[in-house]
Amino acid sequence: MTIGLLAALVLVLAIGGFILGRMRALKSAKGDLRKLHSLPGYYGQTVALFTAVPAFLLMALWLLAQPALIEARVVEMLPASELPEGANIGLVMSDVRRIAEGIDLVVAQGRLSEADISTMRADLSDIRSRMADVGVALGSNVKPVVFQAAKEYRALNTVAHTAMVVAVLAVALAGLGFAMVRIRPEFRARNVSESFVKVLLIAASLVAIATTVGIVLSLVFETVHFFQLYPAADFFFSLTWNPKFGGGSDLGIWPLIWGTLYVSLIALAVAVPVGLFAAIYLAEYASKKVRAIAKPLLEVLAGIPTIVYGLFALITVGPMLRDYFAQPLGIGSSSSSVMTAGLVMGIMIIPFVSSLSDDIINAVPQSLRDGSYGLGATQSETIKQVIMPAALPGIVGAILLAASRAIGETMIVVLGAGAAAKLSLNPFEAMTTVTVKIVSQLTGDTEFASPETLVAFALGLTLFVFTLVLNIIALIIVRKYREQYE
Amino acid sequence: MTLADMSQHRPSLYTKDARTKARNSAEKRFRIYGVVAVGVGVLALIVLLSSVLGSGLGAFRQTMLSLPVTLDAKLLDPKGNRDPADLAKATTITYGKLLSQALEAAVTEKGLAPEGMKTKEIGALISKEAPAILRNQVLAKPELIGTTIDFEALAGGRIDGFFKGRVTMESAALDSNVSPAQLELAQKMRDAGMIKLALNPAFITNPDASELRPESAGLGVAILGSAYMMIIVLVLALPIGVAASIYLEEFAPQNRFTDLIEVNIANLAAVPSIVFGILGLAVFINFAGMPQSSPLVGGLVLTLMTLPTIIIATRAALKAVPPSIKDAALGVGASKMQTIFHHVLPLALPGILTGTIIGLAQALGETAPLLLIGMVAFVKDYPAAPPEGFLDPAAALPVQVYNFTQRADPAFIERASGAIIVLLVFLLAMNILAVLLRRRFERRW
Repeated sequence: MTIGLLAALVLVLAIGGFILGRMRALKSAKGDLRKLHSLPGYYGQTVALFTAVPAFLLMALWLLAQPALIEARVVEMLPASELPEGANIGLVMSDVRRIAEGIDLVVAQGRLSEADISTMRADLSDIRSRMADVGVALGSNVKPVVFQAAKEYRALNTVAHTAMVVAVLAVALAGLGFAMVRIRPEFRARNVSESFVKVLLIAASLVAIATTVGIVLSLVFETVHFFQLYPAADFFFSLTWNPKFGGGSDLGIWPLIWGTLYVSLIALAVAVPVGLFAAIYLAEYASKKVRAIAKPLLEVLAGIPTIVYGLFALITVGPMLRDYFAQPLGIGSSSSSVMTAGLVMGIMIIPFVSSLSDDIINAVPQSLRDGSYGLGATQSETIKQVIMPAALPGIVGAILLAASRAIGETMIVVLGAGAAAKLSLNPFEAMTTVTVKIVSQLTGDTEFASPETLVAFALGLTLFVFTLVLNIIALIIVRKYREQYE
Repeated sequence: MTLADMSQHRPSLYTKDARTKARNSAEKRFRIYGVVAVGVGVLALIVLLSSVLGSGLGAFRQTMLSLPVTLDAKLLDPKGNRDPADLAKATTITYGKLLSQALEAAVTEKGLAPEGMKTKEIGALISKEAPAILRNQVLAKPELIGTTIDFEALAGGRIDGFFKGRVTMESAALDSNVSPAQLELAQKMRDAGMIKLALNPAFITNPDASELRPESAGLGVAILGSAYMMIIVLVLALPIGVAASIYLEEFAPQNRFTDLIEVNIANLAAVPSIVFGILGLAVFINFAGMPQSSPLVGGLVLTLMTLPTIIIATRAALKAVPPSIKDAALGVGASKMQTIFHHVLPLALPGILTGTIIGLAQALGETAPLLLIGMVAFVKDYPAAPPEGFLDPAAALPVQVYNFTQRADPAFIERASGAIIVLLVFLLAMNILAVLLRRRFERRW
């Protein structure tokens, strides 16, 4: 039974439960609604909720946990001594999964029966060519122990799937029965179903916490794994980044941090003056009409996907900077450079600076302005000497938020900044950033056992901590400032 | 300086003294800075959009060769029984030869054929994809065999580039894929009306194509993949986001636990998107064993990313419903849950939907996390219909753009920009829908 069908079946049970529950409530009151504690629909609702929710919950948990549990069992069957020279367990497991899939296909196409499969042995028949017949390509000949593992994997999966179907249906029926039995005229159905719904609401708001926990756990877990394979001191203090997939890599984080900060610095140097002056102009000078047009136009910049900026850097800004600045001045010959990425990223974060600053400037009380004008100050003097000092903490918060955006930005630097890890001061040279390296170490065929892949998680953790600290400081500043004038 | 001195320096109140002038010009300058800053922002937007539009519009037009092709029965169906299994034995190589010969014949007939150019070189004007298209056409309709049909063949990428200004005689002289003589022939054929630039619907519907045939690369799989992911995001993020907002806005007690949730949501909204990609890779693919490159994993990751946006918008919408409505409902005996689900939620719905559409638009343009969960893979097969299709490998629109930029042939840059135009059109449509919803249904209390 496929998962979609199972889900549909549970839903049908729930709807059926609603109708049955409602009918039973009416019957128990002998058709006299006044005798019921709640409206009949609520009796139906309790039945439907008790039928569907626990069943779906079980199904989701089962689907999440099943692969990990089965894999652990199968890995036990593969002793390290039996593995091919130089292969790691991750690669062997992916072979096991492919072979299992291949067997499924062979059976589905009717080339072999289940009985044939169970007697088939890797040392007697040519598994690889049989797999190739159904379109599953294997890199090498199949070792007997791997084939046994694949058969076991397949058998476990089949058993687990059947068990899941039975368990989910059992839970759904048990819930249905439990809720039906409870239906009596004096049963407080509305209270029960409302408490149930409230629990669901709480569960939904816990998804945010679960996400954070998931992020932190997955980063920390793999980072610890990485530091077991690669010395932490080298990661934090080495000045070279030079991954080699044969082993013996230098994975120092400093060139990446330098590139990240350099690009972000240029971006802020573009975005802060432009964003701030735009905010001041829109908040203090612009007529209503100009504001109504210019503000949304600036905000469109924030709504454009970053891949668009990346392409802009790649095909327009990069070649332009190279042809008109870097090459004539003799300071660089590559179209991807820190300057390219920085300029384009600066454009992207203009609206982050301008929108927040605009709000903050608008929140400065009018009385401060009136006081300043009354003393004879011009409008610009008022802005520089009264409004800016009052709004400064908030604006600093806005700039910090923009900085965290710039540090975590990926696509612009992937397409605009280059891939060479360098410690250099020349902004027209290609450098690379933390996010670029996360992408390049984790895309393509990756195996999760080499330090070259796992380093991406350590980089991700660094990035996460960095932006988290910036965000928290910014949020505290902005929040404190908002309360000041309320 | 005394007052008497000052009045000596200043003959009349109407003439401004130096200090006033300086202050006034400082005022003017300050104002100009502001105008310049707004101008820079708007100009950047205009340059950005026009650069993408300028380089991408070409992708929607494609160079086509029209020529009569005689489908020789001896070549395509040597047994003469029109059995599909036997017909399938004629490979694209056979069809390629057929097309080359047809083109040579057509060119010779019009007297355009250059001296000494081989059939193969003339045939190279046609895309390598064209034989496959012709073959599919014949396999679908075997009765065509033996007849002469008018076939619209895709021109090769270099020829297409020549008519779009990307390839010149000078660049062709250095290029091993095309020669100036071939370009001259193409130019003559265009003058004779055999080659024309036609509208290219295949760009929207075709799947991606390999490095060597940019002319047939399209966005079909990417658009389907993005659509699947948006369905998943909508189905998951909207109910979860609305439920969480209702709890936080209406039920949650003021305590540390609620604070923790709120801080979490605020932080998730600012976590770099690539970190969500790492989460998806570690939890959904490595731990839960979901298939790589599948819209399901992409949709789940984007759901987690979009949730904070939807929650923030929904809470604002719930907050905007006046308390008097709640009080009235509670006053006539409704329970709190009834008040919220029967009265507050329907009134907040336009705001919630607007926020959801904006969140979806954000998710649609997101690239970085999808790179990590394997959506960069080259996918040529369309995913099946949902729900099974959610597990098939697929691409996504923004990732397809990235994929195009990673190829060596400059023809793919045009495709990338074209894909961005498609993406921006979708985003524009969603945002207009959001604005219309707000205009039409939003109530001011």
